[in-house]
Amino acid sequence: MAQAASKIIKTEIYDEGIEKGIERLTQQRIDQVINHVLKNEVGARLKTYVDTCVHCGLCSEACHFYLSYDNDPAFSPAGKVKQTIWEILKRKGNVDAEFIKRARLIASTECNLCRRCAMYCPFGIDVAYLMSIVRRICHLLGVTPKYQQDTVHSHAATLNQMWVKEDEYIDSLMWQEEEAQDEIPNLRIPLEKEGAEIFYSVIAPEPKFRAQLIYQTAVLMNVAGVDWTMPATPGWDNSDMCMFSGDIEMMGRLKKAHFETAMRLKVKRIVMGECGHAFRSVYDVGNRWLLWKWPPIPVTHAVEFYYELFNEGKVSVAQKYDKTVTFQDPCNISRGRGLHEMGRYLARTLCTEFIEMHPNREHNLCCCAGGGVINCGPPFKMKRILGNRAKAEQLFAVKARGAETIIAPCHNCHGGLDDIVHHYGLGMEIKFLGDIIYDCIEKPV
Amino acid sequence: MHEIYNFVSGPLVWISFIIFIGGSIYRLVSMGLLAKKKDTVIYAYFSPKYALRSIFHWIIPFGSVNMRKHPVMTLVAFSFHICLIAVPLFLFAHIILWKESWNISWWFLSDATADFMALIVIGSCIFFLVRRIVLPEVKYLTTVSDYVILAIVAAPFITGFWTYHQFFGYKVMGIIHILSGEIMLAAIPFTRLSHMFFFPVTRGYMGSEFGSVRQAKDW
Repeated sequence: MAQAASKIIKTEIYDEGIEKGIERLTQQRIDQVINHVLKNEVGARLKTYVDTCVHCGLCSEACHFYLSYDNDPAFSPAGKVKQTIWEILKRKGNVDAEFIKRARLIASTECNLCRRCAMYCPFGIDVAYLMSIVRRICHLLGVTPKYQQDTVHSHAATLNQMWVKEDEYIDSLMWQEEEAQDEIPNLRIPLEKEGAEIFYSVIAPEPKFRAQLIYQTAVLMNVAGVDWTMPATPGWDNSDMCMFSGDIEMMGRLKKAHFETAMRLKVKRIVMGECGHAFRSVYDVGNRWLLWKWPPIPVTHAVEFYYELFNEGKVSVAQKYDKTVTFQDPCNISRGRGLHEMGRYLARTLCTEFIEMHPNREHNLCCCAGGGVINCGPPFKMKRILGNRAKAEQLFAVKARGAETIIAPCHNCHGGLDDIVHHYGLGMEIKFLGDIIYDCIEKPV
Repeated sequence: MHEIYNFVSGPLVWISFIIFIGGSIYRLVSMGLLAKKKDTVIYAYFSPKYALRSIFHWIIPFGSVNMRKHPVMTLVAFSFHICLIAVPLFLFAHIILWKESWNISWWFLSDATADFMALIVIGSCIFFLVRRIVLPEVKYLTTVSDYVILAIVAAPFITGFWTYHQFFGYKVMGIIHILSGEIMLAAIPFTRLSHMFFFPVTRGYMGSEFGSVRQAKDW
């Protein structure tokens, strides 16, 4: 495996978006953009982080890329900062197109912005923030991986991630409603219900190709007697790849549309599906761009919402899931929102046997798909899979102790773990909490 | 020689303290103002409770997961920092100087203890140096300035130890000792040694983000 890993680092990956992007660059443009960002968009945090880092290397082992690529120092968090920000500052922005290409690859395909290193740096230096600055510069220079830029275009044109047209989205919901009515005849997926308690928002892959998740949620909402709604207008999608490409203006537009949809429907709160990055965008990042210190309307992640339903006795377990499960803590809801104990409560409530993988909770390793990395598409797939051999080892260890199923309450984790499970031959099943809840809860006969 | 001695132990002391204190205040205030202008997020989310919670876990030896993963480094780093601060403040010879100049004094360390602690600082510096050269992940990050900073920190302790034990040329070494101490003080605000006063700020800010927004631990 180690051999394969080093081979992939040396192999040049061709990405049209990046290559065409750097072809168009001029030295003047690079200088102009970098100086604009350094002068107008960043300040004290960047300066303090760079001045405070004592080059101790203690952040290294926090990074799954570093661990997976045989402790190659170029993949350590500070190593990535050295190759990008330090150089940019040292040369006062006077870097060439090749440098920008390498910087984009480092910041967007060798870092998941998982923020684990902030917990390992004695000073709490936020390397994810520093990598975001690099991404921002590359975005403004028009150097973005092609697949990611396509997603950003989709966001811009449709306000959703996957070019889902308005009628197709509505159609998917009505189709799932009809399907679910075979099971629960009076089930509804209430569209545009003004004044409902909850606005349920999803990421575009759900109506696009994981429609069963909407079906399962509809069943859960109906069984629990929740007063909920989904909008029939753009603004329904909570995902956000713009946040990761560096297109923060577009991120602002997306979050504004999302919050305004909730306001228009006069709901009490937004409940989101099992997605990590979208939660980060709505709860932590996008709101700040819109100058809301906290989201203008309460935001609840699915894990917390499920926890409420079970804890308050609104749903009950009919039959427990009988395979041994382990729990993948998604970065954006464990390190990002401390939902790990609620996740464990659910795993224990729903399954006969639950065992921990190590490390876990805030210290869990990233799936290597998050932070927009999986969104950079097929050219970077192997780099990403080999860049998380550490995760495969973590999973092998928990499998050896009997785990058969990985519960991963995050779409990116699903994508990332799915690739890892297949590539390394782990033979484990990956499930959303929603999958297990649907299978296990008491439903009206 | 007396003139040089008088100069380094007189005006230069004043200058170094002024640079150290004034420079540190300047760095903190200017960074604070810059943050007010460009990084208001720091003020918006800074929470004393969670900042202190995080700082507390990171100033207690083995208080964080990463410290437990690197027990030798943790042990060395803590002993180094404690001795680095305690020896100059509580050395009997230094207290005498304060007494003579200002007629003030405070608790001091026995000479043998201080001697041992100075050796800990010197030994730690050697450890950090070897670490820089030997560990690939540290070597990769190392620049010339890292060696210079290490030398600046080690010098007052090596020369102080030398002078106390009256090895050959200790009189000259005594002057170099004072000078090197002054260089270190003056260097603190304007080199990465500024982590001395930026540590509570960066750690506190990350602790605030983790504590109040993300409701998670950061240690």
